[in-house]
Amino acid sequence: MTALLLETRGLGMRFGGVQAVRDVDFRLAERELRCLIGPNGAGKSTFFKLLTGQLQPTSGEVLLRGENISRQPPHQIARRGIGIKTQAPTVFEGLSVRENLWLSAARVARGRQAGAIVEDMLERVGVGEVAGRIVGELAHGQRQWVELGVVLATDPDLVLLDEPAAGMTDKEVLRTADLVREINKTKALIVVEHDMQFIRMIAGKVTVFNQGAVLVEDNVEAILNNPTVRDVYLGKQAAA
Amino acid sequence: MDLAALLGVQVLYAIASLALISLGLAIIFGMMKVINLAHGEFLMLGGYAAIEANRFGLNIWIAILVVAPIVVGAIGVVVERTIIRWLYGRIIDTMLATWGLSLFLVGLTTAIFGNTTVGLSAPLGSFEIGRYRMSAYTLFVIAVAVAALAGVLAALRYTRAGLIARGTMQNGAMAAALGVNPGRVYAVTFGVGAAITGLAGAVLAPVSGVFPSIGGAYVAKSFITVIGGGAAIVTGTTSASILFGAINQLATYATTPVFGEVALLGAAVVLIRVLPQGITGRFFRRSL
Amino acid sequence: MSGRDLLGLVVAGAAGLAVLILTPIYFELDTVLNLTVYMIMAVLALSLALVWGFGGILCFGQSAFFGLGAYTYAIAIINMGESTAPLLLSILVPALFAAALGYFIFYGRISDVYLGVITLTVTLILFNSINSTAGPEFHIGAARLGGFNGIPGIPPLNWPLQKDKPVDLQGMFYLSTASLIVVYFGLRALLASRFGHIIVGIRENERRAELLGYDPRAYKLATFVIGAALAGYAGCLFANWGAFVSPTIFGLAQSAQIIIWVIVGGRGALIGPILGCIGIQWLTAALGANAPTGAGGFAAVLGNAPLVLGAILIAFVLLVPKGLAPTLADLTGQRMRAR
Repeated sequence: MTALLLETRGLGMRFGGVQAVRDVDFRLAERELRCLIGPNGAGKSTFFKLLTGQLQPTSGEVLLRGENISRQPPHQIARRGIGIKTQAPTVFEGLSVRENLWLSAARVARGRQAGAIVEDMLERVGVGEVAGRIVGELAHGQRQWVELGVVLATDPDLVLLDEPAAGMTDKEVLRTADLVREINKTKALIVVEHDMQFIRMIAGKVTVFNQGAVLVEDNVEAILNNPTVRDVYLGKQAAA
Repeated sequence: MDLAALLGVQVLYAIASLALISLGLAIIFGMMKVINLAHGEFLMLGGYAAIEANRFGLNIWIAILVVAPIVVGAIGVVVERTIIRWLYGRIIDTMLATWGLSLFLVGLTTAIFGNTTVGLSAPLGSFEIGRYRMSAYTLFVIAVAVAALAGVLAALRYTRAGLIARGTMQNGAMAAALGVNPGRVYAVTFGVGAAITGLAGAVLAPVSGVFPSIGGAYVAKSFITVIGGGAAIVTGTTSASILFGAINQLATYATTPVFGEVALLGAAVVLIRVLPQGITGRFFRRSL
Repeated sequence: MSGRDLLGLVVAGAAGLAVLILTPIYFELDTVLNLTVYMIMAVLALSLALVWGFGGILCFGQSAFFGLGAYTYAIAIINMGESTAPLLLSILVPALFAAALGYFIFYGRISDVYLGVITLTVTLILFNSINSTAGPEFHIGAARLGGFNGIPGIPPLNWPLQKDKPVDLQGMFYLSTASLIVVYFGLRALLASRFGHIIVGIRENERRAELLGYDPRAYKLATFVIGAALAGYAGCLFANWGAFVSPTIFGLAQSAQIIIWVIVGGRGALIGPILGCIGIQWLTAALGANAPTGAGGFAAVLGNAPLVLGAILIAFVLLVPKGLAPTLADLTGQRMRAR
């Protein structure tokens, strides 16, 4: 069995009267690829925010390789090797693609080495031809890839992708799926997506969230044939 | 015992004047998220409006309670349509443009009225608290403050205009889809905020006199009160005024007026640090 | 570094040297004296250009550090007689104050608007406090604070550790201009460094910088302190130039001016704010000087500094929101780099 990279125990997040995340026990092994699905408002993005330290859990804990990171500030957690591509792209809009990648690479390398990482990333995510352009001016798909490059440049062990295929053309979706599979060769990933085709392309185990809690965890085909999951998406099921 | 009563009235007065000078700004900032750094100048213009109207023979109470708000309200509408409307959403740019407006208005009034302090006498006489005499005007200020706060609360909650304003502020596009003209709502709201500010300036004119740069003394305090109060307009202004006004007056009583100012400013800094969303960010959340 | 950037550096350096060397030769002492204060204010403008223009920290109270530097120098030299320590203190005291205030602000996660209000409040606290220290009981050692009267007759800087060799008026010009040149190139170097790039990234998207592992609070604090140190140094030079300092240095008007310089000159630029500062100062002086006393009409309007400045500010925000330098850069199709 591969070592456990990420674990959450009884993780919960409460905002005022709303329990956005409820008693979540989640486990992810090194280099494992997990898809996270669920209807809107199920708590997926909140879950990500808890993992990256943008939110502090109101109950439970997050363990990275056995170490409790629940109370640490985001920049410290990032240094431990968690990278996240957010739902709405979080990039340095006013700077060029190259500058974006450089800022990321600069956190783990100096001078020439940083430059090498930048060039490598430009190629890997396929934005070499727009390297000098301002990110804010790029098309949506390209911005997503730039953000992916920015996330990968620091070489994190765990990559969180929040809707990486959103708003992309079919061709771009295929490319993104390839990228995800390639990244998975060396890193663990948790991918939040709504696009079932995309999920089928990258396969792996799927965790279904509903109303802040884990509904069911299984492999792709089983999930897609699971009537409870279908009902949840169509709104027929109330709280599990 | 008399001393306690005297101090009590003075504290109420401090709270009331703080609430008065801040309410208009609370409306503008609270509803439109516009930082109007020319706020102090609106106060100043209210004072001048009342004084000039009075000089022309108008009854002083009409000058203060009617003319000043109308004049400054009109100025507010003009300002909104010519400057502010281009800068919505650009908080920093609004701050800077209104700072420019502030300088401009100071220069303009200096050119028109000169640099000296002009006064206004409001004949209300005095009353006694035990062995102390107090100007009855103090009570007038307190009364106007209460009326203004109550009036704004009532308008927001019970009138159709208030509801439209609240709706437009929450979601302008939605309001437009329902047939409301957002531009007009913004202009009127800004005008109302300016009018209340003009009223405050006129009400306080007999107390301290008016000169072109008097705005500077008020702008920081009113901003601090508004931001310390938080998002809710009436509750925020009231609670922050109570807190800061009391601290200011008590510190002044215990030491010197300067230290009273410093105490108010210091309290504000601490409050913002502790409650970054202001008082109504944590307490009285859903109030108006 | 691109050829264009290198050329820009060389031109800036040459221009600076030209002004430094040629001005006292070709101009009257009067003019030299006026130009000296322009240089000093330009250093102050650069301090905010760093903090706000590049760091994205809208400090409404940069004048607080300027004033602290001036007052610290005045108080220290009146007490010590020799200027080396006072000069260093005039940089250190504002820096330490900024460190404390900055810690309070950045580690307390206070956001932009509130930061502006707090810094404004702080400078007002200083103004109110010092303004009321008029009696003889308010003194630090031998130096009376003077309240609204200010502190007159401040002894000038002397050559390091040589008490009997004060810097004369022409020397002040050399010092101020040289300081401006050094600060300009120093900032360019800082902004080209890793630190410089990171603070710009934090300005662009603090969340992303944080998610990459940079601690925004620490970087902002550092930027804030450096800006305060520069402003403090400008304050020391200013106290020297006029041999006088008063509480108006902490006032709203002074704070407003610094912000106007940076807006007009452009955020994300260094030369812009320098030129904006010197331009506006010159304009204010020219307007004031040319209005004959008691004049009416047009002359009175032009001589009315707040009126004109206010109008300029409004016009710039509405029409040239990015400031001169970035707009010019846009027009000529270049990308704005730190220049």
